[in-house]
Amino acid sequence: MLTMILKRAGMAIPSLIGVVIVTFLLTRALPGDPAAYFAGPAATPQAIEQVRVKLGLDKSLIAQFGNYVVDLAHGNFGTSLTTGQPVVSELITRLPASAELTLLGLLVSIIIAVPLGILAATKPNSLIDHACRIATTLGVSLPVFFTGLILVYVFYYQLGWAPAPLGRIDVFFDPPPAYTGFYLIDSLIAGQPETFMAALKQLILPALTLGIFSLAPIARMTRASMLAVLSSDFVRTARASGLASYTVIVTYAFRNAMLPVITTLGMVFSFLLGANVLVEKVFAWPGIGSYAVEALLASDFAPVQGFVLTMAVMYVALNLLIDVLYGVIDPRVRLEA
Amino acid sequence: MKRRDFLKSVTALTAASAVSAPAVWSPAKAQSRQETLLIVSESGPNNLDIHGVGTNVPGYEASWNCYDRLISHEMKTDANGTPYYDKNKFKPELAEDMNIGDMSVTFKLRKDAVFQDGTPVTANDVKWSLDRAVTVGGFPTFQMSAGSLTKPEQFAVVDDHTFRVDFLKKDRLTVPDLAVIVPCVINSQLVKSKATEQDPWGLEYTKLNTAGSGAYKVTNWTAGSQVVFERNDNWKGGPLPKVKRVIWRMVPDAGNRRALLERGDADVSYDLPNKDFAELKTNSKLAIVSTPYSNGIQYLGMNVQNPPFNDLKVRQAIAYAIPYQKIMDAVMYGLAKPMFGAPADAPIEVAWPQPHKFNTDLDKAKQLLASSGASSINVPLSFDLGFAGVNEPIAVLIQESLAQIGVTTTINKVPGANWRTELNKKTMPLFENVFSGWLDYPEYFFYWCYHSGKSIFNTMDYQSPAMDAFIDGARTAAANGDTAAYDKDVKGMVDLAFTDIPRIPLYQPYVNVAMQKNISGYEYWFHRRLDYRAFAKG
Repeated sequence: MLTMILKRAGMAIPSLIGVVIVTFLLTRALPGDPAAYFAGPAATPQAIEQVRVKLGLDKSLIAQFGNYVVDLAHGNFGTSLTTGQPVVSELITRLPASAELTLLGLLVSIIIAVPLGILAATKPNSLIDHACRIATTLGVSLPVFFTGLILVYVFYYQLGWAPAPLGRIDVFFDPPPAYTGFYLIDSLIAGQPETFMAALKQLILPALTLGIFSLAPIARMTRASMLAVLSSDFVRTARASGLASYTVIVTYAFRNAMLPVITTLGMVFSFLLGANVLVEKVFAWPGIGSYAVEALLASDFAPVQGFVLTMAVMYVALNLLIDVLYGVIDPRVRLEA
Repeated sequence: MKRRDFLKSVTALTAASAVSAPAVWSPAKAQSRQETLLIVSESGPNNLDIHGVGTNVPGYEASWNCYDRLISHEMKTDANGTPYYDKNKFKPELAEDMNIGDMSVTFKLRKDAVFQDGTPVTANDVKWSLDRAVTVGGFPTFQMSAGSLTKPEQFAVVDDHTFRVDFLKKDRLTVPDLAVIVPCVINSQLVKSKATEQDPWGLEYTKLNTAGSGAYKVTNWTAGSQVVFERNDNWKGGPLPKVKRVIWRMVPDAGNRRALLERGDADVSYDLPNKDFAELKTNSKLAIVSTPYSNGIQYLGMNVQNPPFNDLKVRQAIAYAIPYQKIMDAVMYGLAKPMFGAPADAPIEVAWPQPHKFNTDLDKAKQLLASSGASSINVPLSFDLGFAGVNEPIAVLIQESLAQIGVTTTINKVPGANWRTELNKKTMPLFENVFSGWLDYPEYFFYWCYHSGKSIFNTMDYQSPAMDAFIDGARTAAANGDTAAYDKDVKGMVDLAFTDIPRIPLYQPYVNVAMQKNISGYEYWFHRRLDYRAFAKG
């Protein structure tokens, strides 16, 4: 197991080097001149030149890349010009915000989609199957910002049930002391149930928005995979042996159908993490997606590079985790490895 | 835990949360809510110090409220009853007395003023701060130079509480330029102790920390998310502000900003789309204040060095083909001041901005175009995508209208980050832009926008010796107090700008601010940002 993990981790190194080079080149290829942008609305050409020298953008591309790699090796991702903060510290505070939201969104999605997929598979072409198809189609075809705005409109503006869409916590609550950066966990560690509730309330609508969006792949994959397993020989044997329908479906069939679902979950998670920009915008959520997009619009190189690099590392880690999970769920995978 | 106990505790928890659930503000927080102003806007500062590298416009608001200047402006009331800064009347802030001599101005500083860490404010701090403004480069240095403040030698410490600014030349803008945001007074001892060899002016420290003597200090700043200001109870620059705490939250989605206002959760917001402001005005739930930008105009510019717009007749034809009123109605929803269609016999006034005499007249435009040498014009029409909400619909309307006189345009959207670069090149043939000057004087506007010098705001690359003579004449006349010559030159430059029409003024934009009805004390300032000191709640 350990050798497998090490081997997989080793395989990631060339891709990370590639990511470093490509992001550096891509950000430099962006249209726009950061020096002109940051010299401000009333800058003279000389002022722009001064800013350019200050930012080190007057040096050759190779020299800039050299500086960048040396900084990276020291754990320095540079400083964002739009927010004025070091990229590392911003990623550290923003990543948990995105991760907390994404994980909760994924949880919501799993809770709805997996049972829905199983039910649809056990009764193909029934009413529930069609309902599942409609729900997933709607979920995936409504743009997330639209779903988000509708939810805000109905539950905040019209009904007043949900709190104001103002980020991770009510304006008048202090965030819990940072242990993990996850407000739900931190508030529990600190023993502040009020803060926990406040954070949870803020999370419900955005998590629901993300959940609805990611219903489709999970439900469809569960259904397809369950259908295949349910028609296989061992299920027929189990049924023939007179096992209860619940035991057959959950204990035997579902465990075997889980592998592709897990793969999909991994994909959906990493996809959501980067793609929840729109949800973050709607709910004023201080996550990494909106951070990267704002930086991109301002030709702010450092955060973009930091974001892409972080995402690359997370993808690698996630893939590794899924591979390990495979082994846990299905011993055959472990043996082959 | 027994099942029954568990159920009990769950019920208790639900009941507890049900009590505090419906309102955003739980009762315990009501007191702090009453003393706090919650502002929501699209974007926030990237730097708390206006002297910093690339400080953005929201950053100016932080600087304005956290630092004092030597002098500031008195308030007057504008036509709509809104308090409006009086550009001609100065009031002391850190200075208690100002004495303008022939070639210098002397300030007596308040003896009781202290920085937020308790250090007294002295003339040395003032000198250090102004030296910093003229030395760090970039925007602050440029702004100082607009008032002929360019050298540290101009700033002299007479004694601990007396400070003198020497003039390089007579310039009527020098004193007003000391009342803008840039010449703020910084705690020099504190910031010097944080400075390093690479960063002699301590810009890294003031980027993240406020070090002034101003009415507010920033106590929490999460970039891109929120800024929290606390009142400085020791402030000496004016009467103690009523609002104890200001929370400024960034809410990127305009629809949500509006929802927050309408639900009564947010107190103030000022960058909603025009359509929302127009609708909010009619439903009277909120107080809406609209004030025209001082010295600001949205315009359509033409590059006059290259064909086809080097031909005056083509420029006039375009000016007759702009759908002015449609832009006012369909894009601005009436929230702008028209800068077109003055009566044909109206005299040019000694004022700026003032409307020109062009109107939408497609027949006249066709005639002018036919009598010009140009044939089959096909040019890109460029705008800044950063302000697409207004720029894009205007571009579409202009495109449609120009097509009717046979001028083909392709719309060219330039990303915000790229816009300055493109303007600087001075090669775009046709473009939309907006300019507004902090200092509200016609010659200031014209100096930056029409003078043949190298100003980046002369986006048309307009070169006219006659115009330069008017502008230089007006600046000299203003410095010497020669009203007759000044009036003649200002009329001359406005007249020439309209006859030669290198840029076509469209409208004067409004600053729109939406507030809850219980909020009072909004003031219009030349920088168009909020001054928290006058706000009151309740």
